[in-house]
Amino acid sequence: MDSAKLGMWVFLLTEILFFGGLFCAYAIYRAWHPEMFHQAHKALDWRLGGLNTIVLITSSVTMALSIRAFQLNQQKQGIGLLVATWLCAATFMVVKYFEYAHKFHVGQLPGKFYTYTGIEGSNPHIFFSIYFMMTGLHGIHVLVGMGVIAWLIVKARRGRFGPDYYTPVEVTGLYWHLVDMVWIFLFPLFYLIG
Amino acid sequence: MSNESKYSHHAHILPLKLYLLIGGGLIFLTLVTVAVAQVHLGPFNLVVALLIAVLKASLVGLFFMHMFWDNKLYALFFTAGIAFLGLFITITMFDTMRRGDIYQEVGQPIKPDAVTYKTAGQPIKETGHGEGEHKAVEGEK
Repeated sequence: MDSAKLGMWVFLLTEILFFGGLFCAYAIYRAWHPEMFHQAHKALDWRLGGLNTIVLITSSVTMALSIRAFQLNQQKQGIGLLVATWLCAATFMVVKYFEYAHKFHVGQLPGKFYTYTGIEGSNPHIFFSIYFMMTGLHGIHVLVGMGVIAWLIVKARRGRFGPDYYTPVEVTGLYWHLVDMVWIFLFPLFYLIG
Repeated sequence: MSNESKYSHHAHILPLKLYLLIGGGLIFLTLVTVAVAQVHLGPFNLVVALLIAVLKASLVGLFFMHMFWDNKLYALFFTAGIAFLGLFITITMFDTMRRGDIYQEVGQPIKPDAVTYKTAGQPIKETGHGEGEHKAVEGEK
């Protein structure tokens, strides 16, 4: 039993409930306006969402492999894999930036800021409210993860991690995998409404 | 499930192949979920999409997060979070989707003049359309 890891798992539990409120809001509004959700989801590009899914899955693999490298005392590989994870996260945010920028441009915005007129159905602004809140909260988590991974890279370059001590990398990995998990649900729920 | 002391040791190091296999599986399942979404299955589209997402999340949790090998207390915390989230969503959905079943008037759209939304004992004031309705909706929440 590792108290740092247990602490991180407790934090992840609160994260599940944190995102959970938004998932509940999603469930309510999709149940109330199924047709509008179907129409509004066409405004999202599933290719960009799918690309981001693959980018995040890749980053999860590199994160897990980085922990393995430090366990095996392969410092260089460990640092390289952390850098790869960071770059994947940055790619994710760049794709997200282009998606957001387009929506800001055409007025597909939350609540009263919604000015787009091309979507049929009742209250399409609700879809974008939930979309921006959920992907925005997720995006903030990706940014926080990038910050922590950057800090890990600095520490790893100073030779702090090895087979005897890699707890910071391990618990950051747990956090990062949870961020990946949340996106695994967000992708089909927003981009692939059948 | 657990393979004796071999895997219960703190630093269980998994083979590289396993990580790559799981990563490949996750990308494959992403392609499957995209492909299935193109087929019209009615409400089953959502069911299939969620089942695939649960399967993917399970792969991430069991292998990348080492839940399969680690102390089961970690997995207990995690599943407790999921269980309470499930309870939260289920009970909310029973409420929001079944309000009209018992009392007909509860299933109706909210009326701005409804006595329910006024402070008890206060005379009911005339409310115009539009603005009053918004207030009533806000008052309910």
